Amino acid sequence: MTGRRPSPGSLALITGALVVLGLIVVLPLIMVFHEAFRLGAGAYIAALKEPDAWAAMHLTMLVAAIAVPLNAVFGLAAAWAIAKFEFRGRSLLITLIDLPFSISPVVSGLVWVLLFGANGWFGPLLQDLGIRVIFNITGVVLATVLVTLPFVARELIPLMEQQGADEETAAITLGAGPWTTFFRVTLPNVKWGLLYGVLLCNARAMGEFGAVSVVSGHIRGLTNTLPLHVEILYNEYDFVGAFAVATVLAGLALVTLGLKSALEWRHAGELAASRRH
Amino acid sequence: MSLVIENVAKTFGDHAALDGVSLEARQGEFLALLGPSGSGKTTLLRVLAGLERPDQGTVRFGGEDLLTMDARARRIGMVFQHYALFRHMSVAQNIAFGLEVRPASTRPSRTQISARVESLLALVQLEGLGGRYPAQLSGGQRQRVALARALAIEPRMLLLDEPFGALDAKVRRDLRGWLRRIHDETGLTTIFVTHDQEEALDLADRVAILRNGRLEQVDTPQRIYEAPASAFVFDFVGEGVQLPGDVADGMLIVEGWRTPAPADAAPGPVMMSFRGVDTDLLPPHAEGLPARKISVLQRGGSSRATCEVGGRTLVLEVPQSLAGLGFEVRVAPRTYLLHPR
Repeated sequence: MTGRRPSPGSLALITGALVVLGLIVVLPLIMVFHEAFRLGAGAYIAALKEPDAWAAMHLTMLVAAIAVPLNAVFGLAAAWAIAKFEFRGRSLLITLIDLPFSISPVVSGLVWVLLFGANGWFGPLLQDLGIRVIFNITGVVLATVLVTLPFVARELIPLMEQQGADEETAAITLGAGPWTTFFRVTLPNVKWGLLYGVLLCNARAMGEFGAVSVVSGHIRGLTNTLPLHVEILYNEYDFVGAFAVATVLAGLALVTLGLKSALEWRHAGELAASRRH
Repeated sequence: MSLVIENVAKTFGDHAALDGVSLEARQGEFLALLGPSGSGKTTLLRVLAGLERPDQGTVRFGGEDLLTMDARARRIGMVFQHYALFRHMSVAQNIAFGLEVRPASTRPSRTQISARVESLLALVQLEGLGGRYPAQLSGGQRQRVALARALAIEPRMLLLDEPFGALDAKVRRDLRGWLRRIHDETGLTTIFVTHDQEEALDLADRVAILRNGRLEQVDTPQRIYEAPASAFVFDFVGEGVQLPGDVADGMLIVEGWRTPAPADAAPGPVMMSFRGVDTDLLPPHAEGLPARKISVLQRGGSSRATCEVGGRTLVLEVPQSLAGLGFEVRVAPRTYLLHPR
């Protein structure tokens, strides 16, 4: 293979792919940073230090810190049940887990308004109890949890199905209890897949716009996440502010991408080892 | 401690995997469960291990009711067809697992555990490989690790579920003799599931043959081969031919051949079973079953002919004097078995 020259056809295809990639991925990313620094680093830092932007960052972190662990536990439990057991309603559960992928995020937000909004099913009851869900952090968390529900489960189901339940059966015959079996056999076998799913889940939790937009009410400094804050600033013609906040999101995405690539490299090795097994 | 299985039944949906099986194994006995796939042999093994709960019946081991104990309390070592080694643990960690998960009060010390791992590695002839991972071992080595892991918990009984099923023929034969030696050294009651009749007859003290969840015969390998209890057992354990026939007026009629029937043969339709080694090749005008010689294989001083008898093929020895025989021949079994049809 060494020294083989690519044919003109493949050169053209590669160039074409690079041009498209540059146009739709790299160029917009550069634009974000270019616009953010248009008035200099001082203006950029000032935009980030602005209290409402700061609050949006906090809220985004908080929402991810609640939604990601919840969905990690849910995904692990669901994948474990689906991959290791045969039970009635198994395929229905798989379909339900996939549902948030197939419905529009706006709908994922709207269902909470219909349930807990002032005119929703439980609205009057919640009002009497003095609990606010919609236009509140609770609503933002609920919407994010729903949208990011499938990520961990979807990553783990094929991996666990491929591994089967043989090792768990062996552990039980060797005298291990259910929790020991889970923590010493099941979990170590899927740890890289789990981490990978958590990363994807986290990226989506921080970047979600549609569902959160419906339930948040856009209250500055209170229910605004980073993506919502970018939109508000942009609509107010504060381009430097909007793009400065956007660089934070872009930075988070780049970090996620880096970790994901590192994991894929590691994960692939582990998967290949399990196939040799 | 002997194992007593009585009238065990297990149904999956509307399929009866086990249909009233009663079986005993003596202390230290090597018992093979032999049968085609779907005969219930693996289900029976899983019932013994506590991985499957039977719908009815009892299983007693040394006077103790096994069915009231869950799998982890039974202390029964199990070896699986696909090894089921913990892939993220080294060989030594795999072997130590059963000791390390014991409650702190009964868990051996670290040094005791590692000493036990070393002695088991020596027993299965894998000294020095304790630091390897399962993916770095061959199939035969993995199955030896799996056996060492099962032996580590000092089991009261050893169950093997088609342990050599995923290995190639030569490794299978090597491991067979080796497994028998380990059994003889440890003196453990061992139940071995296989669908390979040669393996079962070669290894076991007694062979239990299962068909559709029922026991067909439990006997020594020699008795199974020489006195199969049914046409099914005959068909399953040896290369032979079975032909439908009838017994009437003291005569056996098969494929137009009439011969005096054995004195104890009941009249009616029968299945006649015989093996090539018990059968003579005869010239076409002789008394016997009409057959056609398909091919002759010369090997050393003898030659073996493949013949077609009643639509079945049979391989038998050709005597020197009949080497020049043509296409049409006769064959006559010296000994045969009759089972009701």
